[in-house]
Amino acid sequence: MGDESDLLARLQAGNEDAFVALVDLYHPSLLRFAEGFVRNRAVAEEVVQDAWLGVVKGIEKFEGRSSLKTWLFRIVGNRARTAGVREHRHEPVGSIDAPAVSPARFGAGGHWIDPPAPWTDDADARIDAQRTLQRLGEWLDQLPEAQRQVVLMRDIEGLSSEEVCSVLDIGESNQRVLLHRGRSKLRALLEQELREVD
Amino acid sequence: MFWRRRKAIVCRRAVELVTDYLEGTLSERDRRRLEEHLAGCPNCSEYLAQMRKTIETMGRVAPESLDPAARDDLVALYRQWRS
Repeated sequence: MGDESDLLARLQAGNEDAFVALVDLYHPSLLRFAEGFVRNRAVAEEVVQDAWLGVVKGIEKFEGRSSLKTWLFRIVGNRARTAGVREHRHEPVGSIDAPAVSPARFGAGGHWIDPPAPWTDDADARIDAQRTLQRLGEWLDQLPEAQRQVVLMRDIEGLSSEEVCSVLDIGESNQRVLLHRGRSKLRALLEQELREVD
Repeated sequence: MFWRRRKAIVCRRAVELVTDYLEGTLSERDRRRLEEHLAGCPNCSEYLAQMRKTIETMGRVAPESLDPAARDDLVALYRQWRS
């Protein structure tokens, strides 16, 4: 990636503007990522600030074996996980092992008896509206931590499954299960939202 | 000679396979079975379309914008470290 190698070169040369560009690009995303581990805004801010210090100290040694973005997420992830453990965070109950769709919606033979109503253009417009995007952000935060982090990294931040596995230190198949459960829950909430306002 | 009866995928199972399908990690056999099911099931096809829409929409959930004070703090930190 041409842009990134240029930015990296400037960072390693100690260029302040490059650092600011990196902060502008990634700080909000990293903060949101950290909040998934600690759920306390102030602690998340400390974690990410501490991570940036680690970035500044470590940038000269960065070898580019992963992308800058993955590296940043890994640094924040490690610190945030430690901080989260210190805070004795509790996993929200429920929804950890839920099926993708409520079993009541299928008949005895496994076919839909309460199928999903088609999302028409009108539904699309409502989904794309600011209010719904905000809701999706809130629902994301309500997912169990591991599901939230996987969905965030894959579907919002666009990291690959290998990168997510490396940042979260989890296996491929575990990552897929978490992704599946998180996405299924979000689809269900979106569906519910669209049904209700009708 | 024995052969197994090929069980078609039912809807309740199909909805559990969509993530693996989109990831490309289903076995060749399961992928074909799922696609056969989708070809004949508008409900599951709709479900898959909704999953795709959900995923695509998630990509647009932006984080809160950068707090200018936080940015200033980081610049100060940077200068302190580099000095």
